[in-house]
Amino acid sequence: MSENYIKYANYKEMPVHFKPAHEIRRMIDAKEISEAELTKMAVERASSSNGVLNAFLSISGGGAELAGGKNSFWAGIPVALKDNIVTKGIKTTAGSKILENYTPIYDATVVQKLKNAGASIIGKTNMDEFAMGSSTENSAFGVTKNPWDITRVPGGSSGGSAVAVASGSAYMALGSDTGGSIRQPAALCGVCGMKPTYGRVSRYGLIAFASSLDQIGPFTRDALDMAHALDAICGHDPKDSTSSAAPAESFSDFVKKGMDMNGVKIGIPDEYFGEGIEQGVSDRVKEAIGQFEKMGAKIVSVKLPHTKYAIPVYYLIATAEASSNLSRFDGVKYGFRAAEFKNLKDMYMKTRDEGFGAEVKRRIILGTYALSSGYYDAYYKTAQKARTKIKEDFQDAFSRADLILSPVTPAAAFKIGEKTADPLTMYMSDIFTISANLASIPALSIPCGLSGGMPVGLQLSGNYFQEGKMLAAAYEFQKRTDHHLCVAAV
Amino acid sequence: MKYEAVIGLEVHVQLSTNTKIFCPCSTRYSGNEPNTSVCEVCSGQPGVLPVLNAEVLKRAVKTGLALNCSIAKRTKFDRKNYFYPDLPKGYQVSQFDMPICEKGYIVVNDGLAEGKKDKKIGITRIHMEEDAGKNVHGADGKSSFVDYNRAGVPLLEIVSEPDIRTSSEAKEYLEKLKTILKYIDVSDCNMEDGSLRCDANVSVRPAGETKLGTKVEIKNMNSFRGVQKAIDYEIERQIKVCESGSKITQETRLYDEAKAVTLTMRKKEEAFDYRYFPEPDLPPYDIAQKDIDAIRSTLPELPDAKFSRYLDEMQLSAYDASLLAGNPSLAAFFDRCAAGYKNYKAITNWLLGDISKKMNELGIDDIFDARIRPEHLLEMLALIDNGTISGKIAKTVIDEIFASGEKPAKIIEKLGLVQISDDSFILNIINEVVAENPKSISDYISGKEAAVGFLVGQIMKKTRGKANPRIVNEMLITELAKLKNA
Repeated sequence: MSENYIKYANYKEMPVHFKPAHEIRRMIDAKEISEAELTKMAVERASSSNGVLNAFLSISGGGAELAGGKNSFWAGIPVALKDNIVTKGIKTTAGSKILENYTPIYDATVVQKLKNAGASIIGKTNMDEFAMGSSTENSAFGVTKNPWDITRVPGGSSGGSAVAVASGSAYMALGSDTGGSIRQPAALCGVCGMKPTYGRVSRYGLIAFASSLDQIGPFTRDALDMAHALDAICGHDPKDSTSSAAPAESFSDFVKKGMDMNGVKIGIPDEYFGEGIEQGVSDRVKEAIGQFEKMGAKIVSVKLPHTKYAIPVYYLIATAEASSNLSRFDGVKYGFRAAEFKNLKDMYMKTRDEGFGAEVKRRIILGTYALSSGYYDAYYKTAQKARTKIKEDFQDAFSRADLILSPVTPAAAFKIGEKTADPLTMYMSDIFTISANLASIPALSIPCGLSGGMPVGLQLSGNYFQEGKMLAAAYEFQKRTDHHLCVAAV
Repeated sequence: MKYEAVIGLEVHVQLSTNTKIFCPCSTRYSGNEPNTSVCEVCSGQPGVLPVLNAEVLKRAVKTGLALNCSIAKRTKFDRKNYFYPDLPKGYQVSQFDMPICEKGYIVVNDGLAEGKKDKKIGITRIHMEEDAGKNVHGADGKSSFVDYNRAGVPLLEIVSEPDIRTSSEAKEYLEKLKTILKYIDVSDCNMEDGSLRCDANVSVRPAGETKLGTKVEIKNMNSFRGVQKAIDYEIERQIKVCESGSKITQETRLYDEAKAVTLTMRKKEEAFDYRYFPEPDLPPYDIAQKDIDAIRSTLPELPDAKFSRYLDEMQLSAYDASLLAGNPSLAAFFDRCAAGYKNYKAITNWLLGDISKKMNELGIDDIFDARIRPEHLLEMLALIDNGTISGKIAKTVIDEIFASGEKPAKIIEKLGLVQISDDSFILNIINEVVAENPKSISDYISGKEAAVGFLVGQIMKKTRGKANPRIVNEMLITELAKLKNA
């Protein structure tokens, strides 16, 4: 049996579909390849692999937006969008039967920005229904397969976007991250993924799961591409009252300048290296720590004592907000409506019972309960207080360290079906990623080697709006290592 | 046993902003086809986010200041969750525990009902929220439709303390509230077209008891009169229940206007759990004192202050002062006239007399919708004062102003209404009338003074009202005296 992956010596050796976008940009500008060829190739790759991988829910012709942004980095480069990001005139389902025939009447702000930049949008990617899940098994439209091993999950909820990049169909894909939904599938599929600071990227047009936690972010081949992607999508949006007015530097310029890692303090949270971590994962992350040390970084220990509350706090806040956010799917205005019903209440109940999947219903019920009168103080309010404690933990940690380094997941990709019977075990796989959402800080995942032949991710977190520092450190790591040059053999 | 009613009112007013509370759609949807004044935001499409219309916040603060409230230093929005087809998102963005305004009051009974004392009705809170759409039921009795044009129109909910004791006090509270809101120009306040809506919480208790009885909420009242009748019915109903030895059930009742009764809508145990929680899509708002001060400086003179000024400084009667102060347009008209004419009583008499009568005849509610302007009235008053026209002729002039909008001087000239004060001309007429009415003359000579009135009438008739009545009177008496003494 041949290996399930290929490791290239450098970008030059890589086939066009696996090269990073900044290399493709150079090739387009040098007329080594045309934008039309690129889109054609990407659409063909996406279409031909979709039968096996099921990464895409819809594949469009791409290229339609080539008119805009001739001088922009992303002009003519094929990208994909998670199917909870609304696209005017293109079906947007959020992975749910309840929206299976929903075609939005407007574009999300990030879509508008990508169109303005001339990016070629080739398709919408599969996901856990309403972004609720960690394996993409909760999609109403079938599971997405991990291209490294199609018996394994790609992670989730943005599994389709991770696979679109990992399988060489798109050079960049947008996902959304509410508790790790970008970083975890990025880690499990061996690509880079980032959740920016809450408010850095507009949520306008992102079908809400948990409004105070959701953030859109990119999947890419390497850290420089992530910086370019953030450049394209970030910035204050007058349509999103929670989007930040913080000035956005050019992240790509910052990353390209290079960063002297000498004396940069990298914090290691004790709480993230306890029991239950797969040996391979723990080894790879420790090797990465060694690499940073070799680069001159100073490794310091930090404490995040409220980490143990992160999962319960997350599942109270996220489900409470979700129970309200998903109320609009009622069969009245758009989307699925049950075929037969006796009266209004019956229409609501049948529509939502038939339209939503099991995990979504589970979370709506949990959230409704948490907000109910008599329980609100004990659950929702207490969770908010604990969330504040978690935020304070990070502020304390960032007073000692510039960046925090940790694993992304306790284990590499698990088998399809392995955890579906036990939601709690599934929830536990988000343990290292959830805190960044609760604390509203930015965090990214980059490949740091393999465990049992499957990719392992390394998480770097920064303080509010410190994406530049975080991306630059990741890129310095990638300049000196070759984990990101290892791709799935597809 | 004697019973006392305890009443609190919850009033919703639509703010007359140009655009909706969270999106740029126009609020002027009246008459539009269903679902044409909507966008992705107010129709609750997936992925949309609200952005607060700053004008809504301003008007809420303005309202709070006008209603003597304290304004929150920090305010936030919350979601009120419930399912109904007219509610596009399945939740209403409203305010729960940090409303924009609290602890205000309205004074009722000021002056209008003489002999009664002023009374403060407390205002518990004012909060901002979005309106819902409207369900429309098909003629076939099977299908229903939803129109979201109204969804997202800004509302203020104004909640009173349970300080109201009678239905007429409730009506006075509503009228005063409406007057104030019209003064500060935040809402059209029209109950018939739904820009002002009122729910009432009513309970009864034995007179002298300080504990509150079980309250019943009444909805679906479509006029101030309806509010009054519904409360009266409900008080009587509750007293009957108490006197029969039964207990009042906590519930929501609907007012049936046609039958003038209230009927059970839902019991307490059927009440919704709205699961309020902070709206995560809108960060809290901090309100700076300087912004509050700036808004305060835009407040006009409010009806209570106006009433006092009319009463104390302008020496109007309490009745006249309260009628003027109670009508923002009339008061503004009066103030503009009073700036140029010192006989305030004369202005008041014309405004509340002939002009109001004319408006009623023509069905005009707002004096600024009529063609008469303060300049017209001022010019007319000057023409009366200098003797150019009589008060009687002035009534004709008023009619003509309403019809044509022309200036009094022009009307007088056009219709030949100038008052005749020429002695020799009037004497000729007097002589004619004396000659034509020998019976009246002999009546007068035999001592019947009433004959004078008849003769003046005849003279005025001959001059088509244009003769100066004062001169006519004087000269006629002189001439009659001559005849008597002859």
